[in-house]
Amino acid sequence: MGDIYTLGIDVGSTASKCIIMKNGEEIVAKSLIDVGAGTSGPKRAIEIVLEKAGMSEQDLDYTLATGYGRNSLMGLADKQMSELSCHARGAYYLFPKVHTVIDIGGQDVKVMHIDNGAMTNFQMNDKCAAGTGRFLDVMARVLEVKVAQLGELGAQSTRRVEISSTCTVFAESEVISQLANATDKKDIIAGIHRSVAHRVTGLARRIGVQDDVVMTGGVAQNRGIVDALQDELGVEIHTSPLTQYNGALGAALFAAQIAKKRAAKAAK
Amino acid sequence: MCLRKEYIMAKEVSPGVKALRQVVEDVYAEAREAKKQGKPVGWSSSKFPCELAAAFDLNVCYPENQAAGIAANRDGEIMCQAAEDLAFDNDICGYARISLAYAAGKRAAKKLDPETLEYVINPETEKPYTELVDINEIWAMPEGEEKEKRLAAIKPYRQMQMPMPDFVLCCNNICNCMTKWYENIARMHDIPLVMIDIPYNNTVEVDDTYVAYIRGQFDKAIEQLEKISGKKFDEKKFEDACANANRTAKAWLKVCDYLQYKPAPMSGFDLFNHMADVVTARGRLAAAEAFELLATELEENVKTGKSTLPFPEQYRVMFEGIPCWPKLPALFRPLKKNGVNVTAVVYAPAFGFVYNGMDEMVRAYCKAPNSVCIEQGVDWREGICRDNKVDGVLVHYNRSCKPWSGYMAEMQRRFTADLGIPCAGFDGDQADPRNFNEAQYETRVQGLVEAMEANRLAKE
Repeated sequence: MGDIYTLGIDVGSTASKCIIMKNGEEIVAKSLIDVGAGTSGPKRAIEIVLEKAGMSEQDLDYTLATGYGRNSLMGLADKQMSELSCHARGAYYLFPKVHTVIDIGGQDVKVMHIDNGAMTNFQMNDKCAAGTGRFLDVMARVLEVKVAQLGELGAQSTRRVEISSTCTVFAESEVISQLANATDKKDIIAGIHRSVAHRVTGLARRIGVQDDVVMTGGVAQNRGIVDALQDELGVEIHTSPLTQYNGALGAALFAAQIAKKRAAKAAK
Repeated sequence: MCLRKEYIMAKEVSPGVKALRQVVEDVYAEAREAKKQGKPVGWSSSKFPCELAAAFDLNVCYPENQAAGIAANRDGEIMCQAAEDLAFDNDICGYARISLAYAAGKRAAKKLDPETLEYVINPETEKPYTELVDINEIWAMPEGEEKEKRLAAIKPYRQMQMPMPDFVLCCNNICNCMTKWYENIARMHDIPLVMIDIPYNNTVEVDDTYVAYIRGQFDKAIEQLEKISGKKFDEKKFEDACANANRTAKAWLKVCDYLQYKPAPMSGFDLFNHMADVVTARGRLAAAEAFELLATELEENVKTGKSTLPFPEQYRVMFEGIPCWPKLPALFRPLKKNGVNVTAVVYAPAFGFVYNGMDEMVRAYCKAPNSVCIEQGVDWREGICRDNKVDGVLVHYNRSCKPWSGYMAEMQRRFTADLGIPCAGFDGDQADPRNFNEAQYETRVQGLVEAMEANRLAKE
């Protein structure tokens, strides 16, 4: 049996991520475009990852799509799976002792329970945007900082400021009031991080938190959120430099599993 | 049990289902006729003791069933907004908002051009647009063509043609919002409110003092109904209604029990439709007979390998809560796509109550989804999950029903701990489509399916 190349693509609400794997063991190439479902992002992300890998679509044995926009890739992808399972699979690949995965996405928050690498249960947020990536986008805009700066700025906080965790609009009003009162932005940002952590903790405790705990998704790059979550949950939270690609990684791994089965069946 | 892996899909509506539909049609038609004849017509909550009204031959309609029908006919949003325009908050139950708007005279109608009085057609659907009208304003118009056309434009389906109430029957066992909802209707129309207050049961057994308290209220209700109907309490009619209600309940439970077969000879979604009979007509002989007929058909389906499920059953779930009536196709689509049959709903035990004598009847009416403690609620649900062999639970966090949705987080935790099955929750609403998002729901269903598959593989 020759080498198997699989593509995992995660079409989120705010970004499109691709990973190509060889035999489900080695990452060959990855790409990320900062726009997601309903944009040119998915197509561009695929073009870039193929270019980086020096491959064409025909070289791929199996493509699996996940994320909010997964169904927009019907015809391009061989199969669609939920981002829940893909994040669980990606986290298990990176952290084999994982039992709990927390993923904060652009539009939702997910907490997954993992047994032997498989997602056996999960919880997701309700219709409220509080605690999601979009919440952070709104707050960053009001504070006139980039989302990528939030972690670094929040770490410099010296005074505790409380921000509501019940509603994005309420929280936005509170941030504006704090700014009007000349509260330091760094303190407000740390308060925002605790607000998100509080919201996510409530969800995580519904399903039960079991070590090892891994946080995935783009928001895991924000150290302030990770630290606030560690404080709230009282457990160590593991993250990876590949965190933003985790869903695509899981998709590429599932694709490899399916492609290998298919190849083995064909070889019989 | 049928050994065939996949059932042949039954496509035609069976005589049993037709009979069930006819029973509900008759409830509405008889109420309209009674109104025409000047007889009093009541509006009743779904789990008010219907046996009491039956003892006086009173015609009764059911706003919960009506609101579900209006929502399923895609007029939930316009009616909810009408209630909000009357200053009812959008946090109130969607059924209550639809019912209150209807009680205030609001109706969904086919849009008329004010100049020509012709229907204004939506070019996309090739059907008339919908507009909100006020029946009181139309009734006040002088007789003539315009009045006739405006009355004819009101949507013709039965729930939009329900007669206005002359009295209301409220029992708060099914819903905590019911008391204020019915009080509002009674005040709007200046009509009698017959109230049966069921205390919350924080124990599994119903306390004797509760029984005495409720029996006292039954006596008062009978006095009120004697005044409303101008008749004396007819013990024979009451006993007949009790016998019919028991027979309906037994037949309903028998129908529900067919979902224990694996694969099931029916789509569990069908039960949501059949609930209309349990709510509006359980004291009628015709309802009992229709359910008995359906049970014989399901028995035949088991023997011949037929099913009303329009796809092969791969997974079995309990659907917890009232469905999102305005979004039934969107609700069903991902289930169909993933081969998921709903084989358990809490309505089976919640409405399948059989009793013998007045005290047992009182105890039966004490047990409704929102009047029992969490232990009883969990016991009902875990019982049907085990009997009906479910692989997972899909929980509707119904924005209309805070009490029901409020205890679901803890129930979910217990289902997973006790049954070892995954549970997925989604946001929605029983009547207001603005509270449901199809893409978010689809992700949760797919996640549940993947978790059920992972559990299955782990067990293998």
